[in-house]
Amino acid sequence: MTPLVAVAVPMAAIVPILLSGRRPNLREAWSLAAALATAGAVWSMLSGTLAGEPAESVLFELAPGAAIAFRADAAGLLFAMLASGLWVVTTVYSIGYMRALEEGHQTRYYAAFALSVASALGVALAANLVTFVLFYELLTLATYPLVTHHQDAPSIRAGRKYLAYTLSAGLALIAATAWLLALDVDTTFAAGGFLGELAGRGGVLWGLFALLAAGVAVKAAVMPLHSWLPSAMVAPTPVSALLHAVAVVKAGAFGFVRVMGFVFGPALLADMGAVHVVAAFAAVTLTLGSILALGMDPLKQRLAYSTVSHLSYIVLGTAILAPAAWVGALLHMAAHGVTKITLFFCAGAIHANAHKDRVSQLDGIGWRMPWTMASFAVASLGMAGLPPFMMFASKWHLGTGAVDAGMVPILAVYVLSGVLNAAYLFPIVFRAFRAPPAGGGAARAGRVDEASGLMVVPLTLTAGLALVLGLAPDWAFGFLDLAREVASTVTAP
Amino acid sequence: MTPHLPILIILPLLLGAFVVTLCGLWRPRTAFPLAILAVGASATASAAALAETARGGAIRYALGGWAPPVGIEYVVDGVSAFVASVVAAVALLVLAATRRMAAREVGDRPGLFYGAVLLMLTGLLGIVVTGDLFNVFVFLEISSLATYALIFMGGGRAMIAAFRYLIVGTLGGALYLLGVGYLYFSTGTLNMADTAARLPEILDSPAVLAGAALIFAGLGVKMALVPLHWWLPDAYNYAPGPVTALMAPIATKVAAYAMLRMFLTVFPAGYLAGATPVATVLLVVGLVGAVAGGAAAFAQTDLRRILAYSSIAQIGLIAAGIGLASPLAAAAALFHVMTHAVMKAALFLAAYSVRYRTAEVDIDRLAGIGRAMPWTMLAFTAAAVSMVGVPPTAGFFSKFYLVQAGMAQDMWGVALVVLLSGLLTAAYMVRILERVYLRKAPDDGAAADAADPPADMLWPALALASATLVLGLANVPIMTRLLIPAVSP
Repeated sequence: MTPLVAVAVPMAAIVPILLSGRRPNLREAWSLAAALATAGAVWSMLSGTLAGEPAESVLFELAPGAAIAFRADAAGLLFAMLASGLWVVTTVYSIGYMRALEEGHQTRYYAAFALSVASALGVALAANLVTFVLFYELLTLATYPLVTHHQDAPSIRAGRKYLAYTLSAGLALIAATAWLLALDVDTTFAAGGFLGELAGRGGVLWGLFALLAAGVAVKAAVMPLHSWLPSAMVAPTPVSALLHAVAVVKAGAFGFVRVMGFVFGPALLADMGAVHVVAAFAAVTLTLGSILALGMDPLKQRLAYSTVSHLSYIVLGTAILAPAAWVGALLHMAAHGVTKITLFFCAGAIHANAHKDRVSQLDGIGWRMPWTMASFAVASLGMAGLPPFMMFASKWHLGTGAVDAGMVPILAVYVLSGVLNAAYLFPIVFRAFRAPPAGGGAARAGRVDEASGLMVVPLTLTAGLALVLGLAPDWAFGFLDLAREVASTVTAP
Repeated sequence: MTPHLPILIILPLLLGAFVVTLCGLWRPRTAFPLAILAVGASATASAAALAETARGGAIRYALGGWAPPVGIEYVVDGVSAFVASVVAAVALLVLAATRRMAAREVGDRPGLFYGAVLLMLTGLLGIVVTGDLFNVFVFLEISSLATYALIFMGGGRAMIAAFRYLIVGTLGGALYLLGVGYLYFSTGTLNMADTAARLPEILDSPAVLAGAALIFAGLGVKMALVPLHWWLPDAYNYAPGPVTALMAPIATKVAAYAMLRMFLTVFPAGYLAGATPVATVLLVVGLVGAVAGGAAAFAQTDLRRILAYSSIAQIGLIAAGIGLASPLAAAAALFHVMTHAVMKAALFLAAYSVRYRTAEVDIDRLAGIGRAMPWTMLAFTAAAVSMVGVPPTAGFFSKFYLVQAGMAQDMWGVALVVLLSGLLTAAYMVRILERVYLRKAPDDGAAADAADPPADMLWPALALASATLVLGLANVPIMTRLLIPAVSP
């Protein structure tokens, strides 16, 4: 399979999804088939990439000197595998969630979802900056109808904010791309960077860096550009789960991977001193995000701030420039994806089944929805970075990298944030399994009333993955191998 | 046949104007098909000329066999063939789409209506193909007079708008003529190529400077450049729907073409940009217009007015491209001439389809129309996305090349303003789309019993909307094979 197929399948799926709008079962069948086919297309490229021969597709010239081109290199494939794999799970979950809540406009929802995934895969597999920007912008548009899905005043407001942030970010990227093409630079991503010929032109490099970093920082929710993300939580929960914990926001974090490792490269960044700027912003975001999450009562808001914080784990990792930190950053993309999607799935299941959205309402909910809250507990342990969960592996690498690079304060930031993770997630678990309040209330002990299997099975599955991938990071998916491959090529002297 | 292509672009329209008027009086139902036939013939000739100029360079045609500089010369080079093709093709699609609208709004005299339309197109395409400065004025007046008549057909407020446009338009024409007069006294010729050959010796003359200033002021009025734009919103607003849909995409673009022609052919390189501040003024005025037009569009609630102010903003971008005075910028301006013609035609067709079905143009009353008229609003949305400048649409690439041209000349402000203008566009387009798609439709609202218009109104809008995508994907061959060679000295 070629990367083009992986991007084209979800995009093509929009047509049958739209056409079968009057037959929900057929429509969801198309969605699921597309998700499976896409995941298959992406995963089939793994062996080639690991063997050092990544699949490529080149289309026509989109701008003078820059074609639409895709390449399944290790970094891109890791992100693509994550997004496409979790799309399958999310599709199943969506069916349960959207039907349980009898949401409207489901045809638009599934079509926009497919387009969002296609765009995220385009971002992941783009072989040059022009293709990357093309799909990055498309991702913005495709997600807008999902953010505004409920069509009420809060979601329209959130949609405006979302567009204002992401379109401005897109302009920064477009300006940088236009500049690079005007300088006659070939923008094909290269491990270690493609800007070597500009070395010594400090003004130009800093200008480009500011534009590119600001452009990807919005989707990566680096403070102070993060506030669209908590607002976007008005979207249906599967959207928050796949797009605003995995595909869209990771496109931003992945953007940092590309900008730091494949546009500038560690040598140039160290030379410019730009890493310190990124590290400072990321470290502040990482800490503040966790602290703000502590005070959030709406569950999805708390998870959103947690996402803000965890995206900066990745951004900070790319700024450390040590091989181990790069392994950690890429592993963290996968680890956070699998873990955070579980937490959102749980929040959605609680919303759909018990109609509770606030942490303070969750007393005793664990007895009513044991599978959901057990999965929530598993994912919380994972988020705290305890062994043997997958996030332990990624945090361990990040921390080792910080020590290798002699940046001990960063290690302290990571450790502190780990403690904060536990502090904002564990109380939810304690509440859930606390004795129900006197008088019983809605969540009476002893009576199990789980959400539909279409929701519970996906969320237990992803919770299990967060554990299994921690025990054996290379089992089935080769995330660790891919991360090591990226780290060794990017940071090679 | 080939040497006659320049006149073949004009002749079907000019003859058609008379034939359509007469046949329309005799048999009203013949007016529409004959008009389509005439515009179709002109579009075919334009396309043939485009193919020919891309292969073999400019085609020169001495009218009536009188050799220039004594006789009038028509010159079709890559630039004029391109603009002519865009104008004719867009006009053809708009005319095809607006048949029912025209029948409803000006139905009692289709012969006169389509006769005036053809006369307007004669004037517009005449400006594009002629190589004679005075002849530009003649065609300018032909198109203006026909346009006054067409706006006038709207009745009521349209008569005031038409009268205002008449005064302003005449003023613009007079300024242009006066400028040409100054050049004529200085050089003794009206032929563009001949003028260009004689100008370098007398560039220091104040008469040449006065001529240049007056010509650009006159064309600026016709192009609706800020601050000479104020006739445009009312004219667009009160004219009959088919007239606005026809005028908005192409009329101001032809004035922009005439300006570019002054840069490319008439005045020596370096005179407008360097020795005199004409290019700088154009650049500044264009950028101010791009921002002010976008901001004004945001303040409107009448769909037609939003689109009218959006035109003023987009024309500003074209003027900025001309003012940058580099081959890349000129090519970008031409690319935007095409892009904007296509987008604006799609937007106005969609807007007038909504009015055709609901009699509403106030965006606050259009809640839910996206559901009631899905295909119409799909065309509108696609064109709006292109107008905002999202890759890979054509609207993105016009801005992209403009930004690049600005950067190449170290004019970072230009790049910044062009990019920011995209955000402004997004602001007023999202404002429309939110209402159309996301607001709940009231039971007695416009959307209550609306439906997509008949297919013959719909497919031209959809064709134009999809063209924004196709032209965007095909931007590299259009720029590198057609436009950049055509504007390079």
